[in-house]
Amino acid sequence: MKTIADILKEIRPEFDFTTSTDFKADGMLDSFDMITLVAALDKNYGISISGVDIIPENFQNLETIAALLRKNGVQP
Amino acid sequence: MKFTFRRKRIAGILTVVPANERLFVDDMKNFNFPEARSLKLKQVMGFDKHRVVTPGVCVSDLAVAGLEHLFKNGLLDRDGFDALILVTQTPDHIMPPTSNIIQGRLNLKHDMLCLDINQGCAGFLIGLFEAFMLLKQESIRRVVLINADVLSRKTSPQDRNSFPLVGDAASITVVERDPEDSVIHASLKMDGTRNEALMIPAGGMRLPSSPETAVLEDVGDGNRRAKDHLRMDGSAVFNFVQMEVPELIQDLLATVGVPLEKVDYILSHQANRFMLEKLADKLKLPREKMPNNIVEHFGNSSGVTVPLVIAFNLAEHFRKNRSQVVLANYGVGLTWSAMLLQLGGLKFCEMIEYP
Repeated sequence: MKTIADILKEIRPEFDFTTSTDFKADGMLDSFDMITLVAALDKNYGISISGVDIIPENFQNLETIAALLRKNGVQP
Repeated sequence: MKFTFRRKRIAGILTVVPANERLFVDDMKNFNFPEARSLKLKQVMGFDKHRVVTPGVCVSDLAVAGLEHLFKNGLLDRDGFDALILVTQTPDHIMPPTSNIIQGRLNLKHDMLCLDINQGCAGFLIGLFEAFMLLKQESIRRVVLINADVLSRKTSPQDRNSFPLVGDAASITVVERDPEDSVIHASLKMDGTRNEALMIPAGGMRLPSSPETAVLEDVGDGNRRAKDHLRMDGSAVFNFVQMEVPELIQDLLATVGVPLEKVDYILSHQANRFMLEKLADKLKLPREKMPNNIVEHFGNSSGVTVPLVIAFNLAEHFRKNRSQVVLANYGVGLTWSAMLLQLGGLKFCEMIEYP
């Protein structure tokens, strides 16, 4: 199974997501990337992330995304 | 707020879509994004094709073509309705009302109420509310509700937030009294403090259109648009829909005492496929009970999308059968609304192309 970093790399291959603590502030993830990421996470982990959780705070860095996945019953 | 309407029904639905079709793969050449990222978005959001008018085509052109089709085919008597409601945000002119222009172009009778309503993606239900209320008057036997917009003319081709999803279209819905003792329940909410989430900043009295308002500006995320163009805060709108709409539908059904399982379809405004899938999941509704394929075939045509989702996917079903459905609209204002009704036995339910 792909890791969160693998999935992010597929969406924006030009960035190293392991070194940033704020993807949006660092210009690495815009709102459409976020939607692409949610669709990829849903598919990869067999979940449906709630629409109300698709907010920038949950996609700030690898740890916040991991926390969102744990909320959906997934251990990333 | 809650509404109840007794002995009212939708008698027929016609949708009119421009014959002119644009492909997302062509549109994306105008976007300042790598092709691979645009293609990923195409897959998730369901962008593929959208119908847009050719230069110069206005709302009244689509509406007149639709009404002439109904008259010519004996589906509606030209003297058989007493009110004509047009819901649009892209009128032919600031004045006069475009509903009067339609009335004049078709030489309709003078004993008629013509009314323009400025509403967008929630405009189908707002129009139905008005139509049902007008039918309480004895002098009004039947209402023609027209939803129509040509928003592609107010959208920047270099704005990836909005251009690929916008579609132009019109719908004509005939509304009349129901001889059966039917009841329609509805809920409506509005929040004007969030009015800037969907806006065309220039062109009204606050900021008249000028050479300056026509200049394309860099608005971030690689998008360029002018103040004359539609501006949509996509994230704010997405979060608004996910927060407010499921609760509104659940509250309406709970108030009336109808469980979700007894609803055959939720026919929602078609914003984009991703948003609709998330909405269905939030409601724990099987995705096939909320069709979501309008954006990929036609684009998001504002208040026309609910009639279009019916005419494109379920025309035969609703000509032959009656089903318990929830209609759900949400958008500019902000406005969100849901309606529970028995829909079906329609005299006509079809889609035509213009020209």
